Amino acid sequence: MLAYIIRRMGQSALVLLIVGLVAFSMFRFVGDPIDNMLGQERTAEDIERLREQLGLDQPFAVQYFRFLEGAVQGNFGVSYRQGRPVSEILLERAPATLELAAVSGILAIVFGIALGVFTAIRRNGFTANFIMSASLIGVSLPTFLIGILLIYIFSVELGWLPSFGRGETVDIGGWSTGFLTESGLKALILPAITLGLYQMTLIMRLVRSEMLEVLRQDYIRFARARGLKDRAINFRHALKNTMVPVITVIGLQLGAIIAFAIITETVFQWPGVGLLFINAIQFVDIPVMAAYLMLISVMFVGINLIVDILYFFIDPRLRVDRAGGH
Amino acid sequence: MKPISALTVAAVLMTTAAPLSAETLRWARAGDALTLDPHSQNEGPTHTIRHQMYEPLIIRDVTGAFEPALATDWAPSESDPNVWVFNLREGVTFHDGAAFTAEDVVFSFERAKQPNSDMKELIGSITEVRAVDDYTVEIVTDGPNPILPSNLTNLFIMDKDWTEANNTVDVQDFEGGEITFATTNANGTGPYVLQSREPDVRTVMVRNEDYWGIDQFPMDVTEIVYTPIQNAATRVAAMLSGEVDFLQDMPVQDIERVNAADGLTVKQAPQNRVIFFGMNMGAEDIEADNIDGANPLADVRVRRAMSMAINRDAIQQVVMRGQSQPAGMIAPPFVNGWTAEMDAESTTDVEGAKELLADAGYPDGFSIRLDCPNDRYINDEGICQAAVGMLGQIGITVNLDAKPKAQHFPLITDGNTDFYMLGWGVPTYDSEYVFNFLVHGRESDIGTWNGTGYDNDELDAMIKSLASNTDLEARNADIASIWRVVQDEQLYIPIHHQVLNWGMSERVGIEVDPEDQPKVKYFTMN
Repeated sequence: MLAYIIRRMGQSALVLLIVGLVAFSMFRFVGDPIDNMLGQERTAEDIERLREQLGLDQPFAVQYFRFLEGAVQGNFGVSYRQGRPVSEILLERAPATLELAAVSGILAIVFGIALGVFTAIRRNGFTANFIMSASLIGVSLPTFLIGILLIYIFSVELGWLPSFGRGETVDIGGWSTGFLTESGLKALILPAITLGLYQMTLIMRLVRSEMLEVLRQDYIRFARARGLKDRAINFRHALKNTMVPVITVIGLQLGAIIAFAIITETVFQWPGVGLLFINAIQFVDIPVMAAYLMLISVMFVGINLIVDILYFFIDPRLRVDRAGGH
Repeated sequence: MKPISALTVAAVLMTTAAPLSAETLRWARAGDALTLDPHSQNEGPTHTIRHQMYEPLIIRDVTGAFEPALATDWAPSESDPNVWVFNLREGVTFHDGAAFTAEDVVFSFERAKQPNSDMKELIGSITEVRAVDDYTVEIVTDGPNPILPSNLTNLFIMDKDWTEANNTVDVQDFEGGEITFATTNANGTGPYVLQSREPDVRTVMVRNEDYWGIDQFPMDVTEIVYTPIQNAATRVAAMLSGEVDFLQDMPVQDIERVNAADGLTVKQAPQNRVIFFGMNMGAEDIEADNIDGANPLADVRVRRAMSMAINRDAIQQVVMRGQSQPAGMIAPPFVNGWTAEMDAESTTDVEGAKELLADAGYPDGFSIRLDCPNDRYINDEGICQAAVGMLGQIGITVNLDAKPKAQHFPLITDGNTDFYMLGWGVPTYDSEYVFNFLVHGRESDIGTWNGTGYDNDELDAMIKSLASNTDLEARNADIASIWRVVQDEQLYIPIHHQVLNWGMSERVGIEVDPEDQPKVKYFTMN
C-alpha cells in the first residue's frame, strides 16, 4: 500500500518536472518579453541590462532550474506585466476562478444528473428527446460562441444580466466573494452557464446511458416484481448503481472546469486566473505562465493521484498485483 | 500626513454633499494601467489613468495644443539659451491638502531622472532643475533645447513631503517586482482623486472638489469607474447593453453597429500613428529574397516601384472599412514638419511600377518575405495580405509571415528582417522624434527602430543638429530638407494614418484626442 502510494507520487513528480521542462522550452517561441516591457524610446543598453537582470540571456534549462529553485521555496518570481510577485497575484485571482468553477460544477452536476435520470426514465417521451437533441448544442458549440450568444441575448437584447465582470465583491479575510451581493450573483449566472454547459451535457449523457444499462439488470426486474414503487426503484436502486463511473468522471471534469475557465473568463472579463494567463501569453509574462502551468499540472496530477489511490481501495485486484509491480 | 483612505472618504462625502447631481462615467478599454507610480512605465494606458489624478506642468488639450496645467506660462530664458523658465500656478493643492510649490517640481524632475524611471530618456537633455522662488522654476539643459515643453506633457508632479513620508522617493523597481506606496496610491493635484483600485479589474476615482480648474473646465463627471475589458466582442456588448458610457479600443467592424444603436455614437479623429513598410536597403545581399549576390531593395527604383504598386485607397476601403487616411509620408498630420503635399505623394501606378522594376534589372520581379505583426495595429495582418496581392501584380512574389507583436518587433530591432511592417506615433509632435528613431543610422542609442540599414552621415549630422537649433525657422527648413531626402530615397513605403474611434453614450460630450489620452475633466454629461 505505502509502496504503491510512494511509487505513484514519484511518477507524479516526474510528470510535473517534464511539464515544466516542456513549458520552458516553449516560452521562447512565444516572443520576447523585453519588447513589451520597455517603451519605444529604449536604447540597446536598456535591452541588454534588462535581459541580463531577468536572466533571459541564459539557456532555457538554466532558466527552468532557477524557476524550480524559487518554486520549491514558494517564490514564483515577479510578473513582468504587473511588477508584483506572482504568488500574490495568483492568490488575489484564485477566489474568482474557484467561485465560478464551484457554481458551474454544481450546476453541471445537479442539472446533469437530474436531466440524465429524466431522459433515461422517459426515454421515448417528446421532452426527453428534445433535451437529448438540445444537449448536442452543449457538446458541439465552442465555449466562446455560447458565451457571446448568451451575452447577446441576456445582456444586449434583454438587458437582464451584466455582460462582463464580477459585480460588487465583498472581502472576507483576503477572499473576495461575489456570493454576498446582488450584482455579484447576477454576474455569476452567464459565465457559470457558459463554463458548465459542456460538463452538464457530458454528465447528463453519461448518467442516461449508465441508467439505461442498469435498468436492464435483473435486480431491477426483481425489484419491479416485488412491487416496489417506481420512485424507489429509479432513485434508490438504479441511480445509486449508476453513480460509480459518474463520480469518477465528475472528479476529472472538476479539474477541467478550472483549467478551461480560460476562455469563459476572457469572454466575460472574469478577473480570475484564466484571464491572467491569457494576459500573460500576450505579454510574454514568463513567470505568470510558468506558475499557472505548474499549478494546473499539480492540480491534474493531484486529482489523478487521488483517483488512483481510491481505485486501490475500491478494486481489490490492484492489491493482489502489487508484488508484481505496476 | 493623512492616510489616503480618510481622504477619499472625505472626497466622497464632499461629492455627495455637492448640489450638482452625481454623474458616473463608466469607462472601458482593452487594457489597464500597469502601475500608478508616475515615473515608472512610459506607456499609453498607464499615462491615461495618471492624467486623471496627477498633472504635468503642461498638458495637451483635445486638439493636441499645449495648455497650461501646473505651469501658467513658460519661455526660454532671455539671458541663457540653455535655460527654460516656468512660472507655476499659485494656490494649487495636492489631494492631501498640501500646497504645490517649486520644491515639488524640482523633486519630481529629480525623481524622474533616477535609473529606475521610465521617463528618464524623455528628459535626458535636462541637467538641472532649480527653484528660483516658490512659483518659478528654471530648467537647465545640456544645450539649447527648443522643443523641451513637448517632452514634459507626461511628466507628472508629485508632492515631495507625501513621497518622503510614505517612503517612495525612489521610483519603483518594476522589473524587480517592487511595490511601493506610490504604485497603489496616488496623491496628485489632478481633477480626480483615487478611491479604490484593483489592477486589471476596476479603478474608481471621484471628483476633486478642490481642483484649481473646477470652474474652468466642464468637470461634469463626479465619479469615474474604469474597467478593462479585453475581449473585443464583450467590450462592444457591454457598450450596447448600456453598461459602459465611454469606450476606447473600438473594433473597426463594430463601429456601424454601435452607431446604429439608440443613444450611442462613435466619434473619430486621425490618430497619432502612421503605418508603413520598411525595407532593408543597406545590406549587400538579403536573406529573405531569391536573388543571390545582390539586394534588389538597395535600388531606389525598386523601392519606388513597390510603393507605386500599393493601392492605398483599396486598403482603406476594403481592409479598413474606411477607417484610415492614405499616407504619403511617415509622420502623422499635426506633427511639426508634416505637409499636405508630401502626404499626398504616394501614387498608385502598376504599369509605371513594372517599367521601373524592368529599368532596375528585375523585369520578372523577385520573391521576398514580408514580416508582419498580427496583434498590434488595426487589421495589421489584413493590410499585409492586401499588399501581397498588390505587389504580385508587378511580379514581386511576397511570402507573408505574420506573427504576434512579441515575436515581430525583435526582428526589427535586432535587424533580422528585410521587409517589415511598422507603425509609429510621435508623442513630441515634432519630426525630430521620427528622424531620431527611423531615419538616423542605427547606433546603440539612436536610430534604434531604423531597420532599413540606411546610413547617411550628412543627414545624420543634420538630424543631430536639430536638437539644439533654437532658430525655429532655420530648424523647420532643416526638417523640410530631411523629409525631402526621406521622400526621394523612398526610405519607407507609407500606407496610412490610423483613425481613432471612441464609442460613447450620447450623454457624454468629448472630442477624440489624437494621442488616445482622454482627460475626463474635459468631458460634459447631459
